[in-house]
Amino acid sequence: MISDHFAPGLGLAGGALIGLAAAGLMLADGRVAGVSGILGRSLVAERGDRGWRLAFLIGLPAGAALASALVGDLHGFEITDGTGRLVAGGLLVGFGTWLGNGCTSGHGVCGMARGSRRSLAATLAFMATGAATVFALRHLAGAS
Amino acid sequence: MTRELAALACGLVFGAGLLVSGMTNPAKVLGFLDVAGTWDPTLAFVMGGALSVNAAAWALTRRRDRPLYGERFALPEERAIDRRLLAGAALFGIGWGLVGLCPGPALAGLLRGKLPVYLFVAAMLAGMLGAQLYTRRTRR
Repeated sequence: MISDHFAPGLGLAGGALIGLAAAGLMLADGRVAGVSGILGRSLVAERGDRGWRLAFLIGLPAGAALASALVGDLHGFEITDGTGRLVAGGLLVGFGTWLGNGCTSGHGVCGMARGSRRSLAATLAFMATGAATVFALRHLAGAS
Repeated sequence: MTRELAALACGLVFGAGLLVSGMTNPAKVLGFLDVAGTWDPTLAFVMGGALSVNAAAWALTRRRDRPLYGERFALPEERAIDRRLLAGAALFGIGWGLVGLCPGPALAGLLRGKLPVYLFVAAMLAGMLGAQLYTRRTRR
């Protein structure tokens, strides 16, 4: 069954903006717009390599807040997890994206757009374990 | 300074795209990953929109010798589909499925003033630091 929340038009429009931003960063500075890599390397970057990273990272929440002010908080924000699950999820996302050199943006949007087989493999892997995790939590354990 | 301003502009557009697409709401992401439940295919359209724009742009950008303000295109040199790549991606996917947040949307949610987002981002940074120590010790 398809969810009532399915929004293909807004999805495509928002996706196009994300693609535009990634294309812009590559054209302007030759950088891959992978959020986990930009964030992870900002922790260890040398002087001169840190400024653009922080500027991009500050842009993310600022851009979301600006868009929300302009067009409204179109999809809301729902998160009900307890502390344990949030911390476990955050640790796994941080550890896994550093180990695997990328996340949904670096592998999913940027790597795949360049036809990288490595990024395709990574994207298939995290989609598969993400879906398996949700399946286990929602349909095997019975919790949400 | 131009490089930083360009990066800021790209971050702003990226963050706006995340909000418009709905990917800033963890429940929507979990709705996509829940293929056996009441499925929300929106994320596939976000990915499709982003990929088509970015792939078309890359076809043009790659003809250039260098980026507008940088010295070279900093593309990943790694080619191998190895255990490290797949293990990292698999672990990332589990965390993604637990909460419904990945790095971009987690950071994009920071101005909502929600404690769960701060907790998640703090744990994500700790995970990255842990992985940096781990990979330094094992030399990949």
